[in-house]
Amino acid sequence: MAAGKRSGFGIAAALAAVLGAAAPAAAGEWDISGSLGFEGRFFLGDPKFPGQFEGHQPSMLVEPDIRWETGDGNHQFVLLPFFRLDSRDDERTHMDLREAYWRGIFGDYEVLLGLHKVFWGVTESRHLVDVINQTDAVEDVDEEDKLGQPMLKLTTIQDWGTVTLFAMSGFRDRTFPGPKGRLRVHPYIDDETSEFDNPNRHGSVDVAARYANYFGDWDVGVSVFHGISREPRLRLAPTADRLIPVYDTITQAGVDIQYTKDAWLWKLEAIGREGQGNPFGAAVAGFEYTLYQILDRSWDLGLLAEYLYDGRDDFELSAPGDVSDAAPTAFENDVFAGTRLALNDSQDTALLAGAIVDAETGSTAVLIEGERRLGDSWFVEMETRLFLAVDEEDALTAFEDDDFVTLRLTRHF
Amino acid sequence: MPSTHTFAAALIAAFMLFAPQAMAQDADADARGTTPESQKGYDIAARSDRTDAGFSDSVSKLQMVLRNAAGAESSRELTISTLEKESEQVGDRSLVVFHTPKDVEGTALLSHAKILEPDDQWLFLPALKRVKRISSANKSGPFVGSEFAFEDFTATELNKYTYKYVGEEACGDLTCDVVERYPRYENSGYTKQVGWSDQTDFQLRKVEFYDRKGDLLKTLTISDYRKYGTVWRGHKLEMVNHQTKKETDLLYGEYAFKTGLEAKDFEKGVLKRIR
Repeated sequence: MAAGKRSGFGIAAALAAVLGAAAPAAAGEWDISGSLGFEGRFFLGDPKFPGQFEGHQPSMLVEPDIRWETGDGNHQFVLLPFFRLDSRDDERTHMDLREAYWRGIFGDYEVLLGLHKVFWGVTESRHLVDVINQTDAVEDVDEEDKLGQPMLKLTTIQDWGTVTLFAMSGFRDRTFPGPKGRLRVHPYIDDETSEFDNPNRHGSVDVAARYANYFGDWDVGVSVFHGISREPRLRLAPTADRLIPVYDTITQAGVDIQYTKDAWLWKLEAIGREGQGNPFGAAVAGFEYTLYQILDRSWDLGLLAEYLYDGRDDFELSAPGDVSDAAPTAFENDVFAGTRLALNDSQDTALLAGAIVDAETGSTAVLIEGERRLGDSWFVEMETRLFLAVDEEDALTAFEDDDFVTLRLTRHF
Repeated sequence: MPSTHTFAAALIAAFMLFAPQAMAQDADADARGTTPESQKGYDIAARSDRTDAGFSDSVSKLQMVLRNAAGAESSRELTISTLEKESEQVGDRSLVVFHTPKDVEGTALLSHAKILEPDDQWLFLPALKRVKRISSANKSGPFVGSEFAFEDFTATELNKYTYKYVGEEACGDLTCDVVERYPRYENSGYTKQVGWSDQTDFQLRKVEFYDRKGDLLKTLTISDYRKYGTVWRGHKLEMVNHQTKKETDLLYGEYAFKTGLEAKDFEKGVLKRIR
């Protein structure tokens, strides 16, 4: 298990003590649920790098969901552990506390203490402004899975908008596939040996603030973050057999805007970041348009397109011991196009297909997903990712032989 | 890449309280029409509408039972909270939270209804912690796979229709006024609705929906009316689709009124507190 080295569990213990003290105080309500998932990931090609496994990657997921709140709902205690057991990649066998927090609601104000997950943003192909939680990158390549972040969060909800202030400690290292894993770079990234420009990585405090509101058809969010970047640069180890994550202290400002009119959603996310190579900007802008009840059925067809720009320094590593100027990204100048079909049936059947194409190299990542409920408690999902026409210069080049199909069957209880 | 979780946005959109929409409104000359039949129809609808004035806010848990043509059932449980509009210029605010199926537990929809413009709606997707503003243009689409269309929940404002009085008819032990109503708003899936409201308590007992071709599409039957103070609520709503032979029942539990909810409990920011 890779969890032992992760921080934040001390806060969870303190929280458990708070929970224990508060539980008998008032008549509250327990809500205990969870899910158990069985997953098969099938790689279509032979591995590109020595040491990587071939073929099938079976694994299991357990996600208990334990909640207790006071009768008036003003105090909530939430515990969401996460476990994955993977048969092929030791690094993918891991546990996390996705959430473990107390939330107190005091009129217009709200206090949250513990591990928590926060999402900011509006676009679909990439989540630029969403910087609070570390990515659980060993889970999937889409950067949608996040680790719980220890935090103190203060929120006020007013009719002029919502303001949230964050103080965060206990930095979480990004997870990466191990040397045997697929969907990794070469050499592999060793997350046990991370380097920091801040000598006090565990004691340092990251801070962030966000304002969000809507004005008629416009939804707007403005945010700022100062602290350890969740995205690392990479150093080629002097022995050249592995890559070492290098975490910088950054300041990032972001804005996310959505304009909603008729069946159109127009979206923009933009950031500026300083402290990681040269200061740079990045943006994603696009739309989502829905055709309702196509073919005289209850089916809805969504059409999505987004343009992705990222102005960071080029990623380059030549000699052992070198550090790249920037964190790697595949989205310097790319176009995303996708379509989403929702059948609006009682099983919530849905299909999604999309591709991100690099405007310069033509390197393409294709995604095809489908999902459907079976009965009341089972859910089946299919995810296919294909890496096509990948240019040697593109960050996707490491994945070019890692086309895969994932089948996941989840039982909710 | 986009997550399939955002699919839920397409599946779970507008859900307003299906109850007679609040209060007496200033008579809208266009809605009231000019002929004696249209004015009488409008007055009957307005009388029914006014019985709901002053409910303030309400919270109710309900079960939605979906039945396909073969009779196979699936069900969903949800809680609906509604805040009565503060004035004639703004609509009601409502919050719908799903409890089952378990894979969508905690999914929530916040709606700020408008009188003439499209409603403002936000969806909360708990797995992603994402709040997404969604389009409310999909008036005639099915709500979460049910036989209820979005407009069946949202378009209950008096002035969203013109009316025509047809006559009176026995409905069970009561006598009902029969009134046709024609949508004035855009994107409706209906050319006409026919409503039966009783002459004793002025509550809607049955509605027939006619599709864009003018054919009978669905029949809604409302029963198990219970009185809370001065306000009536039907606790069983049965929608039958005559064309697909599918059915949806809404079975409401007890309503709680005047629970102390305020406008700020229906702000976009509160969605993230749900789960």
